[in-house]
Amino acid sequence: MTALRAEARVALAIARKDAVAELRGRHATVSTLFFAAIVLLLFGFALGPDAARLAAAAPGLLWLAVVFAGILAVNRLHLLETDDGALEQLAMYPVARRAIYAGKALGGFAVMLVLGLVVLGAVGVLFAVDIGSAWLPLLATVVLGALGIAAVGTFYAGVTVRLRAREVMLPLLMLPILTPLLLGAVKATSAALAGDPFGELAAWLQLLIAFDLIMLVAGAATYGFLLED
Amino acid sequence: MKTRILGFAALAAVVVATVVGLLVVPADLNQGDAQRIMYPHVASAWLAYLSFGVTALFGILWLWKRDLRYDAVALAGAEIGVMFTAFAIWGGMMWGRPVWGVFWQWEDPRLTTTALLLALYVGYLLLRRLTDDPERRATRAAIVGVVAAVDIPIVHFSVEWWRGLHQTATIASPERALDPAAPMVFVGTLLGMLGAFTVAWLYLMIRRYQLARAELAREEEARLGRLRAVQVAGLSSSSQETAR
Repeated sequence: MTALRAEARVALAIARKDAVAELRGRHATVSTLFFAAIVLLLFGFALGPDAARLAAAAPGLLWLAVVFAGILAVNRLHLLETDDGALEQLAMYPVARRAIYAGKALGGFAVMLVLGLVVLGAVGVLFAVDIGSAWLPLLATVVLGALGIAAVGTFYAGVTVRLRAREVMLPLLMLPILTPLLLGAVKATSAALAGDPFGELAAWLQLLIAFDLIMLVAGAATYGFLLED
Repeated sequence: MKTRILGFAALAAVVVATVVGLLVVPADLNQGDAQRIMYPHVASAWLAYLSFGVTALFGILWLWKRDLRYDAVALAGAEIGVMFTAFAIWGGMMWGRPVWGVFWQWEDPRLTTTALLLALYVGYLLLRRLTDDPERRATRAAIVGVVAAVDIPIVHFSVEWWRGLHQTATIASPERALDPAAPMVFVGTLLGMLGAFTVAWLYLMIRRYQLARAELAREEEARLGRLRAVQVAGLSSSSQETAR
């Protein structure tokens, strides 16, 4: 129990370090938020100007923008670590590897949550979708989606961060893995926006929870091998 | 020599199964000749899953035992799995066009899952090509291979929820096996094709493994050669220094 508590403290310390670095430098959030905004605009141009069609496509557009921008964000967060060999220093600390993973994933989760909430608001404004009426299920979907992207992104960024072609490889590896999350999040969002007429919202949220848990366990189990490599 | 015999046996088995599937077995009443595509299609899909299972299993073995021979097996599984996956998708599209009227049926969960499977393992192979150091390559590949294998059931499950319309599995469901929906000739032909493809798969796996070992040995030799060149250069410069 005390060991677990110590690990949680390590994870929180690492997450706080990432949060402070992000607040001071804004490496991940500002540029990726603009990227997400541009993606939304381009979706509007590609599918518009028919307002009804845009509103119908809004859940899918929301999550595509979040996933695309999220890949950039986790890449930025991990680049921060490699710039000055910081990851090697981190790997030398005599703490459990899964605590380091949890910390990095938690930091990524915070960034992804900000990203997801802002993009959700932007989708509400741009595509005239009423997000206020279903704010609680939408919030739950964004939280679970952000957690899943952070859980997967943290160790995939660890895999690709030292590659020459990481800008290509990270989305190439991550996007197919994230497909269940994309399906679940899009379906949950459209169910929530429609007032859940078929009572399927809970099932999609459960799928997201299962995805997040499985990916967190897989990441915690394998991240240590990446730090050694 | 033994591998070569296995290769000829695989070739003979595939030829016999093909002849039976094309000429001996009658055409399906509803689907006509297009249904014959199902024999290699189903066999390829099963072997694709088997290959990726092997990749995940031997990835774990590499992480555990640190023997590069395991990594060579994992590589063989991924490469051959990608080949069978592509073949399964191609066969499915050729079958879908006459039967469903379209090459690509978005409402079919198994088709879309298989397409994602292809994307996952093409990514795995690309990642391998981008890493030069054999041990790092093995570690990164093992992690990606394991996570991909973990992801496959979730993908399958979620896509099935998303929208379902596929022929239910002919053999996998037990009530069907006891009371087969298909006449025994069809089931027998399918099993025969499966057996023939599995022998061919085994042969390909062994050959690809041998090739991977040879590649690894050559890489190792090149690295030793570079090391020796550096040593010789270092020696000559130091001897010059002592001469001075």
